[in-house]
Amino acid sequence: MGIPYSYSFRNLWTRRLTTLLTASGMGLVVFVFAATLMLAEGLQQTLVQTGSFDNVVVLRKAANSEVQSGVERGQAALVESQPEVAIGSDGKPLLAKELVVLINLKKRDGNKPANVVIRGVNAVSLKLRPAIRLKEGRMPREGSAEVIAGASIARRFKGGGLGETLRFGMRDWRVVGVFDAGSTGFSSEIWGDVDQMMQAFRRQVYSSIIFRLRDSSGFDAFKARIEGDPRLTVEAKRETRYYLDQSESMAKFLRILGLVLTIVFSIGAVIGATITMYAAVANRVTEIGTLRALGFQRRSILSAFIMEALLLGLCGGMLGVGGASFMQLITISTMNWASFSELAFSFALTFGIVWKSLLFSVVMGFIGGALPAVRASRMNIVEALRAT
Amino acid sequence: MFIIKYVLRNLFRHKLRFILTVVGIAVAVLAFGLLRTLVGLWYSGAEHASDTRLVTRNAISLIFPLPVSYLERIRGVPGVNAISYGNWFGGVYIDEKNFFANYAVEPRTYLNLYPEFVLPPKEKNDFLLDRKGCVVGQRLASTYGWKVGDLITLKGTIFPGQWEFALRGIFKGAEKATEERMLLFHWDYLNESVRQSVPRRADQVGFYIIGVKKPELAPEVSLAVDTMFKNSLAETLTETEKAFQMGFVSMTEAIMVAIQIVSYMVIAIIMVVAANTMAMTARERIGEYATLKTLGFKTGHLAGLIFGESVAISVLGGMLGVAATFPAAVWIESELAQYFPYFSVSAETLLLELLCALVVGVVSGIFPTWRGATIRIADGLKRIG
Repeated sequence: MGIPYSYSFRNLWTRRLTTLLTASGMGLVVFVFAATLMLAEGLQQTLVQTGSFDNVVVLRKAANSEVQSGVERGQAALVESQPEVAIGSDGKPLLAKELVVLINLKKRDGNKPANVVIRGVNAVSLKLRPAIRLKEGRMPREGSAEVIAGASIARRFKGGGLGETLRFGMRDWRVVGVFDAGSTGFSSEIWGDVDQMMQAFRRQVYSSIIFRLRDSSGFDAFKARIEGDPRLTVEAKRETRYYLDQSESMAKFLRILGLVLTIVFSIGAVIGATITMYAAVANRVTEIGTLRALGFQRRSILSAFIMEALLLGLCGGMLGVGGASFMQLITISTMNWASFSELAFSFALTFGIVWKSLLFSVVMGFIGGALPAVRASRMNIVEALRAT
Repeated sequence: MFIIKYVLRNLFRHKLRFILTVVGIAVAVLAFGLLRTLVGLWYSGAEHASDTRLVTRNAISLIFPLPVSYLERIRGVPGVNAISYGNWFGGVYIDEKNFFANYAVEPRTYLNLYPEFVLPPKEKNDFLLDRKGCVVGQRLASTYGWKVGDLITLKGTIFPGQWEFALRGIFKGAEKATEERMLLFHWDYLNESVRQSVPRRADQVGFYIIGVKKPELAPEVSLAVDTMFKNSLAETLTETEKAFQMGFVSMTEAIMVAIQIVSYMVIAIIMVVAANTMAMTARERIGEYATLKTLGFKTGHLAGLIFGESVAISVLGGMLGVAATFPAAVWIESELAQYFPYFSVSAETLLLELLCALVVGVVSGIFPTWRGATIRIADGLKRIG
């Protein structure tokens, strides 16, 4: 017969302070572990949500981002005439030729400069991105120097708020509206009329062409045709794929960083657990002797102490995950290397991260508790009973 | 004297626990030191920037070019000593994972402005004479096993096509901190090709590097340059190389701040572990403390005893951690040279490491001391186990 589970649990409860200290040590490690995973996840979610599966982005060959890309007007017209492009209710193709450039803006706090994406759009652009809603103000009038700013730009950058003006390309641009794009990358962009922008920036070419597919399965045929067309020097990606690529390097960096940090930190927490469990064993030598004398097997003692260590780890894990879940309230903004521009994103907690963190904490508890449990199970009955 | 002896004896009463705690603190202190150094490295590019060099770029943002015709006008600004120009090329070597900086520059003036790129005279001459030539840093060359004379092909992401360069020289950094993962080639080569393929993009440069006579002239010169091009089609923004680099650094600052927070978190973790150890120790010895009190020892003595022990443990751990920092830094420098060309730990970091260890010791002693000091003798003696 095994020792009841409540034995392990009550032992932890009796030593509340020690349990709490050890668990919070592990909790901090789990917190770091979960927080870095959440950050990478948040970044990826933001960029993946930015794209929609039925939209296609056409860029110049070998350009990794819209900013680097350039599509000549003639080529843009060729893409527009492809049969896969969906037609809107007004009979016009659901296709937007956009201009994407970066401008240097200063943050409201600290005056630090950052690269902000500014996108020249036309009327269709908004239809292609259903996530975007106008929050305040109105849409810019076509042919005027008016822009709308994403919510996260309006909040954090000088000149980005409603009614303020931005100066670039020798003109002043009035922010007439603020749009909310949920947790997508568009929240970190500024939009204006594409023709006005091209003139202001002296650009003769578009950056990218975005269109909705008439039929989602038509993508491969479209891609094969335009990439094989000798008149075109462009490549096509599904919008989801395009934004996933944008997040790849940064998310990988965050994940590796998080992994290295937590491995190092977990050494400290495991040592803490080992000390606690050794002390738990040392304080209970007589008790263990009694249990053995009552007829409990060595195996039962071993599993009771391992169980105690696992419970300890689980406590730590729950503390850590609980703390980390509050991080979801925080929004981080940093430069995404792939697009060279500012991007705001939040920590995102997923079920996968929760169970990974809990598993990680239980493993830490197990490693910390294994040796002390072995020691407990190996005790000689007579000597243990004699110990004072 | 007696107290010191007592503390020492106490330390070794639980050898295993003592060793584990010391190792734990050592690991934490080591991690703290390495993280701090990592954050420092992030800023090192800006710290090693020359204060007699200015960078002029398009005021809108870095992705917009400036006409090459600005060259002579900037050269005429009083205080300007030398001027060079170039483009961020953004070429990819075989795969995007092999990232390194590559610039198209006007080689003669550029190398004069950057004396920290040390190139053997013959190789330098070869490079200057070969329009399709390029030079790379020592570290980059050894990463990919390039030798002088090799052909290097880059895939252009900003300037489409496959670009072939002949490696004419390998430069070494004058200092350890000099960036060596870099490829430089002739701006003329880029410009000629672009003129043929996309004429509207020709004769444009990404940035000008201006050398000023004295650092004090920097503000005047940058103001003069920017005023000259005010309200033109391509307005300029001129700042010192340091400010320019800091601009880059600050864009990814959020991540560095996170690493900094995390580096203090590791200290917090180990503080909890050490406090736990001391709390356990004190609980086991409550009876002893009561006995000592009975014998007439005051609270001060007890405090000395407990603090002495916790500080001794953590300072020992701290010293071990500091000692381990050096071999760890050397290891990182040799094994991870690709990412961290140099990894030198500053004296300030070492001092902070020790300070952290000390704080851990003091903090972890507080609770046990309070317990020992406030317990009533009778209660302490009554307590079992």
